[in-house]
Amino acid sequence: MTAAPSGNASLDDLPLDPHLPAGRLATAWERTLLDLPRISPANKRGLRVLVVGSGLAGASAAATLAEQGYAVDVVTYHDSPRRAHSVAAQGGINAAKNYAGDGDSIERLFRDTVKGGDFRAREAGCHRLAEISGRLIDHCVAQGVPFAREYGGTLANRSFGGALVSRTFYARGQTGQQLLYGAVQALLRQVEAGRVRLFCRRDMLDLITVDGVARGVVCRHQLSGALECHTAHAVLLASGGYSNVYFLSTNAVKSNATALWCAHRRGAWFANPCFTQVHPTCIPSGGAYQSKLTLMSESLRNDGRVWLPLRPGDDRPPAEIPEAERDYFLERQYPTYGNLVPRDVASRRARERCLAGQGVGPGDGGSGGAQGVYLDLAEAIARDGRAAIEARYGNLLQMYARITGEDPFARPLRIAPAPHYTMGGLWVDYHLMSTIPGLFVLGEANFSEHGANRLGASALMQGLADGYVIAPATVTAWLAGQPQPEVGPEHPACRAALADVRARIDHLTAIGGSSSVDGLHRELGLLMLDVCGISRQAAGLRRGLEEVAQLTRRFHDDLCLPAVDTPIQGELEKALRLEDFLGLADLMLRDALAREESCGAHFREEHQSETGEALRDDVHFAHIAAWKHRQGSVPQRHIEPLSFSTVVPQARDYR
Amino acid sequence: MSRTLCLTLRIWRQAGPDAPGGFESHRLEGVSADLSLLEALDQLNEQLIAAGQRPVGFDHDCREGICGSCGFLVNGQAHGPRAATTVCQLYLRHVADGATLVLEPWRARAFPVLQDLSVDRSGFDRILAAGGYCSVNTGSAPEANTILIGREQAASAFDTATCIGCGACVASCRNASASLFVAAKLAHLGQLPQGQPERGQRARALQQRMAEEGFGSCSNTLECEAVCPQQISADWISWMHREARPQAG
Ligand SMILES: Cc1cc2nc3c(=O)[nH]c(=O)nc-3n(C[C@H](O)[C@H](O)[C@H](O)COP(=O)(O)OP(=O)(O)OC[C@H]3O[C@@H](n4cnc5c(N)ncnc54)[C@H](O)[C@@H]3O)c2cc1C
Ligand code: SF4
Ligand code: FES
Repeated sequence: MTAAPSGNASLDDLPLDPHLPAGRLATAWERTLLDLPRISPANKRGLRVLVVGSGLAGASAAATLAEQGYAVDVVTYHDSPRRAHSVAAQGGINAAKNYAGDGDSIERLFRDTVKGGDFRAREAGCHRLAEISGRLIDHCVAQGVPFAREYGGTLANRSFGGALVSRTFYARGQTGQQLLYGAVQALLRQVEAGRVRLFCRRDMLDLITVDGVARGVVCRHQLSGALECHTAHAVLLASGGYSNVYFLSTNAVKSNATALWCAHRRGAWFANPCFTQVHPTCIPSGGAYQSKLTLMSESLRNDGRVWLPLRPGDDRPPAEIPEAERDYFLERQYPTYGNLVPRDVASRRARERCLAGQGVGPGDGGSGGAQGVYLDLAEAIARDGRAAIEARYGNLLQMYARITGEDPFARPLRIAPAPHYTMGGLWVDYHLMSTIPGLFVLGEANFSEHGANRLGASALMQGLADGYVIAPATVTAWLAGQPQPEVGPEHPACRAALADVRARIDHLTAIGGSSSVDGLHRELGLLMLDVCGISRQAAGLRRGLEEVAQLTRRFHDDLCLPAVDTPIQGELEKALRLEDFLGLADLMLRDALAREESCGAHFREEHQSETGEALRDDVHFAHIAAWKHRQGSVPQRHIEPLSFSTVVPQARDYR
Repeated sequence: MSRTLCLTLRIWRQAGPDAPGGFESHRLEGVSADLSLLEALDQLNEQLIAAGQRPVGFDHDCREGICGSCGFLVNGQAHGPRAATTVCQLYLRHVADGATLVLEPWRARAFPVLQDLSVDRSGFDRILAAGGYCSVNTGSAPEANTILIGREQAASAFDTATCIGCGACVASCRNASASLFVAAKLAHLGQLPQGQPERGQRARALQQRMAEEGFGSCSNTLECEAVCPQQISADWISWMHREARPQAG
């Protein structure tokens, strides 16, 4: 081990057991499935499964479990399951079908995922994902998901950030929407059949455990203000990612980490919290009251060339800058992959150029200089015609024009990096079970198979694999082995959890200070972006820890919530989320500090080569870091070592 | 860049479903024209909170026109004056300095007001639950490319499948009909081979559920098409009426 940063790095307690299958990788999942215990349909009817979240992961799991006969409850903060943040995914979903005939295969998708994650994910999980991917497409098509088609009627594919094959299925720029509607319709079918109860407009605020086993959640009903206990025989969290810790991100404004954080406080370990992905192709930030950053699908990088004026401070309109005075920096630095280098590489190179003063567009509220780079479609428009480009990216380009007031056909798009996806999440074993027995974590909420960096179009694949295929099998196995006593809302564990939540709310409403929730959140976001964003270094991370502690104190001493006597309290909802983001921010900084290497999206400035490439340290850090919460003390770092039998760790090289 | 303007917002305020409602005026000075209308409401809410008052309630989440959460009337128009635009994508650069904007919730019996600009649209989900799907269980699907679908046909199905469930069509219809919403779902599935086995039954079930949920019927005023942020064509309503008549009982 390298020198351990404060208060962690020990292997006491129980070692983490990921329950990985033995033997050949290629047959491991099939063999696991054969060995998993099953439950007869008649017995499933008496078992209740609670799913938090109705995004791709939650809706697909809930629908499938209900089809199998379980009684399923779904909790979501949205007013309709159709509005979960998955609806916003644009670009597509990967699957190893080799329809393009370009040599793709399960093996290749598997290798790309391990390599893309920079050797910080489990081989067995990545292989399983690649195996399942094709069947997900089959199922979505059967549901009526209107994927793009070739003239002959077969499914169309395109290539997507970082991949050299065409394996991405898409529905114009609205793939997530169409996949989600497929899953939600399957869910509503089960609602109609009486096998799913939908609880909308509920915020999960605590996890209920009985004898250390997850048995339910406490929710606040957003309309009535009532606190409710929902109990079940197993609990599935599919609550999405936590990019909103940065305040401005590509996530929906209400996306949050609360479900994860309360499970963490109740004993679920948090894995690799500092692995967060910054997306290179977003619309740059504007005014101080801007509420979110909007992603432009990186499929645009297939047809767009990224460039900046060669001369720093050159403020001529782009059309007046001659070819010779343009710096196509990705094509220059990465002749093989060019504009299609992985997200982290593209984001980092863009940031470097902007720090060197070459950035374009208005400055960013936080870090001063212009943050934008050009993404130029001119060549593609000249080659394929305006109509073809419109057909390919129609709604994206309209959105750009609406937000910026600029015409993307008349001048290059301006793009900037923005927080987008979180690879970290609750630690789960091969069965998607967390360190709390009976608590399963699905989709972006778990720390998943993306290692230190996720490939484009792989999150939708993973969310659906978790929900349609893996969890239905492994949750059944868990329930088969666990005769569980009934737990109702009157159980002491429920009452205790309810009282905790009530005390927490009472505390927040009693502060009576003068700092607004959004104001504090904006400060947290700018800080995290600065010290724990695209690039990190020890001094900044340490400063971050101090400043997060100060912000947390200000939150508890000076928070301002309006005194309203209606049960609908949007500000309280936001305050509860911010409190959890503050806790998580602290953990992210500790994790980033402890990981003394650069890998994937985690770039430590101390660990880079002379040409500025990331230096991974496989001797000391080929592991998953999993953090244990300790009440009243600093969290404790544990590790799950990773070994690679098929794909030999190598330095990532996209040059 | 960075033009600023002054705005007067006349906003419907109603504390809860059963509380009385009325308009309240607020002035915003020096708002950036690069903000969206919802961001201007955020700014107003920060002012209200600082003054110890209840902030304006409105639904929103993605703020990029795709989740369908947002939606209210701006000067009497659902989602405001811009075509094919949800209210979260309405930017102040299209608003004149000194303008007054009147903001009201969707008005429809089937969409009761919850608070201020926020309404209950759960009736939409109950309509879809009546049959807005292909009944396939996970694990039973054939290999995807055994179903061939022409490019144009797939694109047309996609166009109708893009409905975001915002409710603007209902709010703009003088009968508060959900016909465009229902027709969009029927057309999405009815144009695809996967949707054929349940096609007639689905058409009847959804229309019947729509009536049961308190939505009106269509009298061809076509306001719905004009306000639909996804530009779903009202021709699909006529198509729906040819598909299947709702059955009595
Ligand atoms: C703009 C954008 C574009 C993207 N494009 C792509 C793409 O092209 N391809 C790709 O593969 N991936 C893409 N991604 C990533 C991908 O969309 C997400 O990772 C994925 O959809 C997450 O799905 P999920 O089911 O895990 O969570 P979500 O869809 O975020 O759902 C979370 C659910 O949990 C509920 N919830 C959360 N917290 C609580 C709580 N405390 N109480 C109650 N309910 C709660 C919410 O209501 C919601 O129903 C994109 C992401 C963004 C932001
Ligand atoms: S049909 Fe159009 S207006 Fe009606 S709910 Fe759908 S998207 Fe909204
Ligand atoms: S907030 Fe999602 S569509 Fe407007």
